[in-house]
Amino acid sequence: MQQTHTEETQFPNTPKRNPSSKKQKKPVKDVDNKMGYLFLSPFIFGTIAFMLFPMMYSLYLSFTDFNLVGSPQWAGLANYKEMFTNDPVFWESMRVTFFYAGTAVPFRLIFALLIALVLNRVVEMVGIYRTLLYLPSIVGGSIGVSIMWRQLFGNDGAINSMLESIGLSGHSWLGDPNTAIWTLVILYGWQFGSSMIIFLAGLRNIPGIYYEAAEVDGGTPLQKFFRITLPMLTPVILFNVIMQVIHGFMAFTPAFIITEGGPVNSTLLYVLYMYRQAFQFFDMGYASALAWVMLLIIGIFTAIIFKSSDYWVHYDG
Amino acid sequence: MTYKTKNRLKKITQHTLLGLFTLVMLYPLIWMLASSLKESSNVFVNAHSLIPESWEFSNYVEGWKGFAGISFTTFYKNTFIIVGISTIGSIVFSAVAAYGFARINFTGRKVWFALMLMTMMLPFEMVMIPQYIMFNWFNLIDTYLPLILPTFFGYPFFIFLMIQFIRTIPPELDQAARIDGCNTISIFIRIIVPLIVPAMMTSTIFSFYWRWDDFMAPLIYLQTPEKYPVSLALKLFSDPQAVTNWGALFAMTTLSLLPIFIIFFFFQRYIVDGISTSGLKG
Repeated sequence: MQQTHTEETQFPNTPKRNPSSKKQKKPVKDVDNKMGYLFLSPFIFGTIAFMLFPMMYSLYLSFTDFNLVGSPQWAGLANYKEMFTNDPVFWESMRVTFFYAGTAVPFRLIFALLIALVLNRVVEMVGIYRTLLYLPSIVGGSIGVSIMWRQLFGNDGAINSMLESIGLSGHSWLGDPNTAIWTLVILYGWQFGSSMIIFLAGLRNIPGIYYEAAEVDGGTPLQKFFRITLPMLTPVILFNVIMQVIHGFMAFTPAFIITEGGPVNSTLLYVLYMYRQAFQFFDMGYASALAWVMLLIIGIFTAIIFKSSDYWVHYDG
Repeated sequence: MTYKTKNRLKKITQHTLLGLFTLVMLYPLIWMLASSLKESSNVFVNAHSLIPESWEFSNYVEGWKGFAGISFTTFYKNTFIIVGISTIGSIVFSAVAAYGFARINFTGRKVWFALMLMTMMLPFEMVMIPQYIMFNWFNLIDTYLPLILPTFFGYPFFIFLMIQFIRTIPPELDQAARIDGCNTISIFIRIIVPLIVPAMMTSTIFSFYWRWDDFMAPLIYLQTPEKYPVSLALKLFSDPQAVTNWGALFAMTTLSLLPIFIIFFFFQRYIVDGISTSGLKG
């Protein structure tokens, strides 16, 4: 305890306490304060330097005109005004991003849930299937896979070659504005593995006694799914939906590599547009405003999902 | 039909369907591997076939030579430097912060914890522009520091994972160590760290994956090709206008996934545990 004393004396401003006061209702000890902040200091430094300050600085930049040369010029709401009233590409990328997130995220999650349900029923070799089906998800984010995907759906790629070999004609998947976005959606859905594993773990946690009770009452498999399985999985689903929605809105690499935003902006995902504004046109103020609009959208979505969770997420069991 | 044969039949159909489905899901990856062994001019002739006519292992040798006189030896070395340093930092400082959150009762703990949960949700893309400008102030563009520093001082996901893990360790253990003369720091080093090794392993693996795949930060910050990591080098290597040697390109993309596969097969347990307990994205 000698250490405690030497450390306490280093805070001259703290009021002196008699030893008995330490017994009172969980007082925060000085030594704990000191130790707590010692252990937290790297994290606090990192958070302030690379998160909090950049966030605030970006908010400031969004009201300025700044092209990296010179200093930011105050522009008031000009960036936001330009965005909402005079930038059709902004609306285009908004539409593409909502379409992408709105199709790819449910596609991945429903797919993951279905496969998890199937795997949960199979007893033998489930480990092997789980491992193999998880593979696309573990490599899916890498550049290598995006490059492969571009060639897979390319004009002389494997998909067209397969269609031709069974007598159908190929299609310019990446060149057609109507199909290009779907190659990205499929790539997203293909990486269902990590969600599948989360669902599998959730399924394993449902007590078997519920199903036995349903059996006694004569419940059909469909009733069991909708009355037991789905409600019991809702906490896991909630977490997945939030993370995947954020992830979906932030997609960049596949659009950058596979379609480069084209044809005719049909795959211009929001972050890709932001990247172009910032690092090709060096319009840092406008790009910051774009970032803040997306941040607000994500914040609103997360809040809505959280708030609505009172009505559909069950925390019992 | 007896119950037994009926059951067996059911099993066979089950495994046939599941096996087929798995094969379809893995087809793109197998196709990439097969194309990496095909003769370059043959990659897009009968493109869907999975069996190379002649096995061209020389594609790997050709591809490794890279471009502009820079071989993939350089790109891999760069990647390992970036991945290694940022991973070590983020694991060590995440463990330190997790111990502070989980075991020390200090003023403002709840505020910082809430802040950590918020930054966990905040995507990098949202702060990349101000971060870029900040690194530009310090003349750090085209160095590795912008790729390493932002996650070096702890990563919210890992801190969260380790807090969960530390909470499962009985506090009596700390108290016993304290009676034996340990202070807060030595309890962390001698008691907690050895017990949270599994959580640290999980975090290490995910950090490796994410840094390995990281594309956007190198794209923004690095300008000299000699400094490129594998991800950015592949992008340049694969430029549709420039590629003529398709076999070599596929060889290098396949190779870039190899470290991910190796780690996956050796440490699968940690990955699966990590995802199922914390919902880490893989």
